[in-house]
Amino acid sequence: MEIARKFKNTFSMVPMFGWLSGALAAVLVEYFLGYNYISLVLGLPKIPVLFGTLIMLKTPIMIPSVLAYDLIVYIIPVLTVAKLTAPATNKIAGSLEKIPIWLSTIIHLVLFYGIMHLWAGINDYRLLVLKLTMVSIILTISINVINGYQGEFSCSHPGFMAVGAYVASILTLVLFVNDKMFGQALLPAELGPWLFPFILIAGGAVAALSSLIVAIPSFRTRGDYLAIISLAFMFIVKSAIENMNFIGGARGMSSQPDYASLPVIFCWTILTIWIVHNFVTSIMGKALNAVRDDEAASESMTVKTKKTKIIAFMFGAFWAGVAGGLFAHILRFINPGTFSIQRLAEILAMVYFGGLNSIIGSIVGAVSISLLGEALRPLELFKWIIIPLILIFVMIYRPYGLISFKEINVKKLFRSKNK
Amino acid sequence: MEALLNVNKMTHYFGGLRAVYNYDLNIKPQQIIGLIGPNGAGKTTIFNLITGVHTPTEGSITLQDENIVGLATNEIAAKGLGRTFQNLALWRHMSVLDHIKMAHYSQLTYGLMGSFFNTPGCRKQESEIKENSYRLLELFDIKQHADQLVTSLPYGAQRRVEMARAMATDPKILFLDEPTAGMTPDELVQMIKIIRQVHEDFKVAIFLIEHRMKFVMELCQYIQTLVFGEMIAAGPPEDIQNNPKVIEAYLGKEDVT
Ligand SMILES: Nc1ncnc2c1ncn2[C@@H]1O[C@H](COP(=O)(O)OP(=O)(O)OP(=O)(O)O)[C@@H](O)[C@H]1O
Ligand SMILES: [Mg+2]
Repeated sequence: MEIARKFKNTFSMVPMFGWLSGALAAVLVEYFLGYNYISLVLGLPKIPVLFGTLIMLKTPIMIPSVLAYDLIVYIIPVLTVAKLTAPATNKIAGSLEKIPIWLSTIIHLVLFYGIMHLWAGINDYRLLVLKLTMVSIILTISINVINGYQGEFSCSHPGFMAVGAYVASILTLVLFVNDKMFGQALLPAELGPWLFPFILIAGGAVAALSSLIVAIPSFRTRGDYLAIISLAFMFIVKSAIENMNFIGGARGMSSQPDYASLPVIFCWTILTIWIVHNFVTSIMGKALNAVRDDEAASESMTVKTKKTKIIAFMFGAFWAGVAGGLFAHILRFINPGTFSIQRLAEILAMVYFGGLNSIIGSIVGAVSISLLGEALRPLELFKWIIIPLILIFVMIYRPYGLISFKEINVKKLFRSKNK
Repeated sequence: MEALLNVNKMTHYFGGLRAVYNYDLNIKPQQIIGLIGPNGAGKTTIFNLITGVHTPTEGSITLQDENIVGLATNEIAAKGLGRTFQNLALWRHMSVLDHIKMAHYSQLTYGLMGSFFNTPGCRKQESEIKENSYRLLELFDIKQHADQLVTSLPYGAQRRVEMARAMATDPKILFLDEPTAGMTPDELVQMIKIIRQVHEDFKVAIFLIEHRMKFVMELCQYIQTLVFGEMIAAGPPEDIQNNPKVIEAYLGKEDVT
């Protein structure tokens, strides 16, 4: 307790810019010294990919080495640099307060991206985990719009994701790739990356349209019945795709071009966060909360409740479709089985663990469940015992999730901590 | 003066139950009208029929000579019928300020794209609405609770939030369903003051349901008495107070004081 308080006091005056500098120092240490010096000296075969969790579970004898690695490469550099540079970074944060908030946000984001880029550059597995985690963030925020902000229990998200993934895949394959399924490419391949955003939007738009199948029943029913309808939607999408042989049926589709690079996914994640944040903090978006909390009262206060529900479903489904499109171009292979009950369990775990009615909660939920899922991968089946158990504990002590009903305040986040 | 609201021969059945029968109402600008009657008489049902929650089985309702039967509740509300609920209907996860802001919904012009991209137009309108909301909060003496969740407020303050919220829709007629239910005598006196002030400041007409005679008699210029869905008496307070039918309807059922 005493130590925790001391720790908090020492580091409470480090601004966000200072933490980012610390993290940058840590990834630089790893980048330049990680392999040649630190991991070799500690007797590790290579740089631990995810903070060593995989090695620890596979060969427990390595635990001390891994912990030492984490301490030397991550914890010590982050803490010392954050602490030592605090006077300087506070000054920087202070001057960043004077420029427009969007510019200061971009500066922080560029720094943050640089850190991730260096960290992910160490090996391909890290890169993949990072990409999939960001897709999970988009997915979790999008389901939060429907299940959290709008308060419907909807289980159709893998379906929306599948629609987006297939539409985007078909478009890129038809337009930019010579392949067996659709023949010659219609457009020169160089255009592909530039048109990719529009393809993702098209996938999102079709997903949004498909969501009407669930949105319209939600006018008259909610709770269990809507959950069943939405679950049915998910299975309908899955079996419909399984029976469409011209897009590969149950075997799926492959050889999507490699358009979903880290910066592309990062930009889409930030775009999602920005637009959803704008929406849910506006009166138009808070109408979702009003309809959730008391539909009759909302109607009487001039809120168009049906329109609001449709917006919630289409908006949520749109981003799920975009996430699906990105997902398809990361793995470069999709099949209907990818978008089924296990995916649903994962998405629901992320949103309910992270917290309802909160973007920051969704980010925390998506990141922690994704990383936990990867870290516990060696345990195989036990993974699906441990994650639900954690979820149950969270539900008991925090029924709305870890961070719920809380929105990001960028100004506060980047503030200088000089007293 | 021209009537604001006109209800003519309105009848409503819930299945086999006749909840309202042959009901007439005429509200002129700035009038305060009371509706009294024993439990289950059909008073709340009349509110729900006029505000479009239910569609009457028979009869016509016009607001400023325009038919409003069949319109959605939100459309009727936007045309100028604001209301409160007998059992508070607040949004439990929303702050007091958000309640008042939300009731400006029909006045929003920035559209979906405006809210997605937080356009200057959107920001401007949101800040105007915020300003107006603070004015209402001040008037109803709940400004100090602006950022609190409604559920954390004392009961009397919650009632005031509901009323402030109804006023934020910019109504021509304010419908109050038992505004003093469950209030202490002190809160009751304060409520009378607030209603008087709202009436003066906003020049609205008020249509209210009440059980407490003292309250109705003091505020209303005209009172209707409903028993089993039928109007048995209507007139100025003095007439109603001494009407034998009204006294009979209330005797043994309600405390007349
Ligand atoms: N939605 C509904 N469906 C069926 N019956 C209803 C409905 N709403 C009200 N009723 C019935 O209509 C009758 C009138 O109810 P109403 O709520 O209008 O009474 P009230 O005068 O407001 O009574 P109170 O003083 O208790 O509020 C009651 O018998 C009630 O059970
Ligand atoms: Mg009633």
